[in-house]
Amino acid sequence: MKNTTDHKASIFGFWLYLMSDCLLFASLFATFAVLRGNTFGGPNAEELLNVPFVLAETLVLLTSSFTAGVALIAAQLNKRAWVFGALAATFILGATFLGLELHEFAGLIAAGDGPGRSAFLSAFFALVGTHGLHVAAGLLWMLILSAQMLSRPDFEAAPGNVRTKLLALGLFWHFLDVVWIGIFSLVYLLGATL
Amino acid sequence: MFGTLTLSAFAQGPIVLGAQLFIVLGGLCIAGLVTYLGRWRWLWDEWLTSLDAKKIGVMYMIVGVVMFVRGGIDALMMRLQQALSVGASQGYLTPEHFQQVFTGHGTIMIFFVAMPVVFGLLNLVVPPQIGARDLAFPFLNALSFWLFAGGAALVMLSLVVGQFATTGWLAYPPLSELQYSPGVGVDYWMWALQISGAGSLIAGINFVTTILTKRAPGMTLMRMPIFVWTALGSMLLVIFAFPVLTATLAMLGLDRYLGFHFFTTGGGGNMMMYVNLIWTWGHPEVYILALPFFGVFSEVVPVFSQKRLFGYTSMVVATMTIVFFSFVVWLHHFFTMGAGADVNAFFGIMTMVIAIPTGVKIFNWLFTMFRGRIIFALPMLWFLGFVALFTLGGIAGVLMAIPPADFELHNSLFLVAHFHTMIVSGVLFGLFAAISYWFPKVFGFKLEERWGVRAFWLWVVGFILAFGPLYLLGFLGATRRLDHYPAGLGWQPLFIIAGVGAVLIALGVGCQGAQIVASIRRRVQLRDATGDPWGGRTLEWALPSPLPEHTFGHIPQVESRDAWWAMKKEGHAPGVLGVPGTDRIIRVPANTPLPLYMAGALFLACFALVWHIWWLWPLSLSGFLGCIIARSFAHETERPVTL
Amino acid sequence: MTIKNYSIGFALSLMLTALSFGAVWLHYYNHHRWPTHQELFVWIIALAVVQLAVQVYFFLHLGQGEAARLNAAMFALAAVLVAVVVGGSLWIMTSLNARMQMSPDQMMEYMQHQNDAM
Repeated sequence: MKNTTDHKASIFGFWLYLMSDCLLFASLFATFAVLRGNTFGGPNAEELLNVPFVLAETLVLLTSSFTAGVALIAAQLNKRAWVFGALAATFILGATFLGLELHEFAGLIAAGDGPGRSAFLSAFFALVGTHGLHVAAGLLWMLILSAQMLSRPDFEAAPGNVRTKLLALGLFWHFLDVVWIGIFSLVYLLGATL
Repeated sequence: MFGTLTLSAFAQGPIVLGAQLFIVLGGLCIAGLVTYLGRWRWLWDEWLTSLDAKKIGVMYMIVGVVMFVRGGIDALMMRLQQALSVGASQGYLTPEHFQQVFTGHGTIMIFFVAMPVVFGLLNLVVPPQIGARDLAFPFLNALSFWLFAGGAALVMLSLVVGQFATTGWLAYPPLSELQYSPGVGVDYWMWALQISGAGSLIAGINFVTTILTKRAPGMTLMRMPIFVWTALGSMLLVIFAFPVLTATLAMLGLDRYLGFHFFTTGGGGNMMMYVNLIWTWGHPEVYILALPFFGVFSEVVPVFSQKRLFGYTSMVVATMTIVFFSFVVWLHHFFTMGAGADVNAFFGIMTMVIAIPTGVKIFNWLFTMFRGRIIFALPMLWFLGFVALFTLGGIAGVLMAIPPADFELHNSLFLVAHFHTMIVSGVLFGLFAAISYWFPKVFGFKLEERWGVRAFWLWVVGFILAFGPLYLLGFLGATRRLDHYPAGLGWQPLFIIAGVGAVLIALGVGCQGAQIVASIRRRVQLRDATGDPWGGRTLEWALPSPLPEHTFGHIPQVESRDAWWAMKKEGHAPGVLGVPGTDRIIRVPANTPLPLYMAGALFLACFALVWHIWWLWPLSLSGFLGCIIARSFAHETERPVTL
Repeated sequence: MTIKNYSIGFALSLMLTALSFGAVWLHYYNHHRWPTHQELFVWIIALAVVQLAVQVYFFLHLGQGEAARLNAAMFALAAVLVAVVVGGSLWIMTSLNARMQMSPDQMMEYMQHQNDAM
């Protein structure tokens, strides 16, 4: 028997997962806030702030959140080609974001300012790194979902109702940009107020 | 190739050898029995690959009870040590072994006994009570169970190979950091909790979605049974509290594995932040455990008082108030860590405030009983035991909510007596009431009463003897987790009485085992023929016992609270909801071994991480991810059932 | 969920991001004189909160449509609990850090004056 999916229940359940993720990030934000001064002789938040770099990351991720929205609307209008195009744009932008972030991390680690340098840096890497892991998971999800959509020409008949999964992915991606607002504001920009 | 795992990890001394033999031989006996009865296929098809909430609920209960026996043995070992180890005598356990015993006892009782019986109970009772055939996400339900089982397996494995943590059940740093716990114990503890914690979070999402989207038509929120309200409250707490545990354990893991400095003594780490975060999770956790059993009593008391529940609306308000307030009291677990008087005062006041809605519940139960016609069956007996002991233990808690008093009593045996009173009278007695109440619904025959009543009295007298002295010892200055104490303090007689109490409790547990055996033997005479053996008020009693595979023959239209009571008033016969309606073919999730495989893969990955087998964990993790991806491509995951 | 909504959300977010980064740039350009440290602190947090609300409304569709009511309730609960966890932890840990990092002489001085305001 082909699957049935209760779209409303699935999206609500996924929303609950996102709410639980809010508390996960809250714990990491709280830890970062508490340990922000524990630099143990190493760099502090102001020294981590490279304004053009963080601005680039922010604009890339924000735009990818917009293209993810375009993908959702295209799915609603049953425009397959647009869905793939918008998803591809989202993927490329998301991968770019991740690349920029990995570059930043690599630079810090090479300079001896890795997470083991101080409690502050541990908190920084954990918070920003967890966000990055979520982004990576989202990228993997995009690939898998695209493969599933490619194998079925018609959205409704696709396994487990692709439209539900696409909406969940879209919500996930938007959520990650919302968390990034917190990160670029509180972790990077507030460093300038030190 | 095997990381830090060597043969010496198996050689732990004579007492552990006894445990190892018991586990290995016990496992072989069970495997032998299953082979002898030719039941491997049946076990696989009917239970291990099932996505049915009714089966999953029973499996949760069975594993929870088995782990309870393990945790209980730990308790007896501690009582024996503390009765003997005074003055010149060092008892029979080394300090290091004793530390593993109390750490194991606490960890097992909270995470691998109390949590599974909550999830098991919810699986068995919530769907029938709301008029649903299953949970919203049956695959995830099975996954939650197997993740929990994987965590339990890790803890049991630590007894056979390697050691367990020696840090206490919450593993505070710096003791739990690599510098002071370089062995595998803390890693076993940490990964066991991460796996089962993930299962818990998924289950929380599952139950909240089910309760809020899958109720029968006409069942508005204010027509739900109170048990469902408390389940909702408990599962909301799971969703919002467990991520904090996940994050905190992850940070400890990053400290231990990758040299981070969150909670270390060097590098700017702050150990107090761990204590702060772990109790931000820890306090909601105790309400996660308590709320469903308050709900059990809200079901049992009206039925066995033959009177409608008093104060439905205030019960709902009290439940949701407790849910919210459980998130603003957590500092009372560390008043003495050194925060200012303003901080301590705020949390002390909040702690006293949260006692109020619980008091409302107690008064509502008592008012339900007032002018009722009480039936002193087992569920009601367990409630009476609960209400007396819980009230006293709760008062002890409110005493400790006053920071200056807590400065005397923090981490003393007074505290230990308090929280055991809450958990034993609340969670355990609630569990026993739930089991005696719903057993006929799940298995089709009632539990016989005589052994149950013996167990009840042994538990109540045993508990008073086991923990009464601990309140006194706390006032006399005895702290928790003592493996030895000086002579001449007058403590030993009290510890001996406590030991006697523990033995009585063990006898009570034995009687409960005898009750099960005797009930199975007499199951024909004890059969529940109507599906409504107690004169119930909620929808599960409108179904036949045991519940059929499809649970409901047809989903009812609900018109009021106490829906089955209302239907009986209209003249409906017992078992009426078991009769099929117009929908003769329904869809049921097809069995799948994937949840078992996924949990097995994660179990293997965690085992690899514990022993630093660096090649194994990416392999296992990939297997886990592969299962997820494979499942997402599956498009025939349901099968038809004809009613 | 329309292109119009997403475009408005995107445009507003771009603007708010520009304002945040612009404020930091101005802060350095004016040698920390305008905006001052405190003004910048408030400005960044306020802009973050507004952009959060913008994205939650325009991207996460909260507040639009009937199915969103349950989601909104869960989000409200999450928001409150996030504030409690982060705010509570900050309050507690600031108090703990201040009191637990004192030398014995500092602690003696502190204890002798801690009830002065009363």
